[in-house]
Amino acid sequence: MTIHDERSLIRACAVDELPPGEVMRVSVNPAIALFNVDGEFHATSDMCTHDKSSLSEEGFVENGRVECGWHYATFCIKTGDVKSPPASEALASYPVHVLDGVVYVAIGAPDAG
Amino acid sequence: MTQTFAVVGANLAGGRAVETLRSEGFTGRLVLVGAEPDLPYERPPLSKELLLGTKVSADTLLQPRSFYDEQDIELRLGRRAVRLLPASRELELDDGGWIVADKVLLCTGSRPRMLRAPGSDLAGITYLRTLEDAARIRAALLAGASVVVVGCGFVGTELAACARLMGNPVTMLELDVPLGRALRREVGERLTDLHRENGVNVRIGAGVARFEGDGRVRRVVTTDGCTIDADLVVVGVGAEPATELADSAGIATGNGILVDERCRTSQPGVYAAGDVANHPNPILGERIRVEHWQNAQNQGMAAARSMLGSEAAYHDVPWFWSHQYDVNLQVAGHPRDDDQVVWRGSLNGLDFTAFFLRGGVLVGAMSANRPREVRAATKLIARRGRPDPEWLTDPTVDLLRSAPEEVSASPMAPYQSSDIPMQRVEAQP
Repeated sequence: MTIHDERSLIRACAVDELPPGEVMRVSVNPAIALFNVDGEFHATSDMCTHDKSSLSEEGFVENGRVECGWHYATFCIKTGDVKSPPASEALASYPVHVLDGVVYVAIGAPDAG
Repeated sequence: MTQTFAVVGANLAGGRAVETLRSEGFTGRLVLVGAEPDLPYERPPLSKELLLGTKVSADTLLQPRSFYDEQDIELRLGRRAVRLLPASRELELDDGGWIVADKVLLCTGSRPRMLRAPGSDLAGITYLRTLEDAARIRAALLAGASVVVVGCGFVGTELAACARLMGNPVTMLELDVPLGRALRREVGERLTDLHRENGVNVRIGAGVARFEGDGRVRRVVTTDGCTIDADLVVVGVGAEPATELADSAGIATGNGILVDERCRTSQPGVYAAGDVANHPNPILGERIRVEHWQNAQNQGMAAARSMLGSEAAYHDVPWFWSHQYDVNLQVAGHPRDDDQVVWRGSLNGLDFTAFFLRGGVLVGAMSANRPREVRAATKLIARRGRPDPEWLTDPTVDLLRSAPEEVSASPMAPYQSSDIPMQRVEAQP
């Protein structure tokens, strides 16, 4: 297992607790949204960068994108990039590791971009 | 030769338009003209968070000032465009300056309809449209003003809710049921009760006979003979499209500036978007002029793409929201009173979605505290779905997760280009 050592890994869930197409909130500060996109896990910051909605609790997941439930800004789940306004700032993106059926998110320094 | 595009209206529509022009590759000169002194901002928080103080004006800006510098967008703020010479697309500003443009986008917006009543020029009688208005109203609310809201559309009812949350005495005056026209009558009645439960003195059937005061407004005398103490009167009796610039140029108007699916006006090289544009919506099959946030943003972007040569029609399902106390209201599509309505949830509990069917086709949805169902309905409306009413009302069905393919779709509305009551002259290449 290769893991960036300076980051703290936190256990998010068991693999089978988050089926494809689903999202869950990881309660750290700031909160993280953990997505299962067709069997691949991705983690982004949970708060929409336009307003303050929770993407995991109020957003809609479709075709690899998450759409904010308040004003319909959309982001690429894999990269955090803005795909449509009103947001103009990307979500933070966090490395995810799956080990022995458990999903871990590396918090600390988020991935650039 | 370098092209010049001018966008009139430094608001949500105009702001998103200039962003899109740059992000889609326009490298020519780009000028954004705005009558207000502020950078483009979003207005929805003005009747909500800005009054409550949970946001400040800087939070509403579309972009920081540095963005416009970096993107080489010339800002002419605090400047009104007073004349447009259509054939040459020369735009005269109120400082006497001129902009000569290859293409012009008119996002001149709408403005509050004025209330004419004796005393309506007293201080303390205001409208809510701009950041400056919101700041002035918040200051009065913080000072403990007794508030009279004249006209109970979304601005008036949202303001009333904020004022009650801040502890101010509030009276609402409305000739008919508040929001009864914008929403369904029974929804408006339930929301009226909500305001009453929150301590608003709602007076239906009462208009303004006159305002009284001593330089400042002190009292409102109603048409049914009552006198109500007031330190602050906010008038919200609707808005009107600001078409005078288009009119001056001889551009076809009629409840707004008439545009085609691609936001082109009757004058080649001149486009319009946002509150001011009267647009043939291809999903609804009818012309609509929309004074809501989503339309301003997305139609501004669509118009920008059209200016760059895109042939795509602007084709959003109209959508808007309101927030009052702890109730989030949303409407999608274009519901009418004579549509078939099926309900899911509880109107009385303000936890419901009403679906509107016309000839079996879903054309609208209206909800309180059920945004997911409106989102699901929007997707169905967009494909002119014919959902089974029982499926819509079944509380065990998650509409967003149920495969929309199960719902049969129908062809787009038989929108005829001859429905467009405007003369278009194709631009010469």
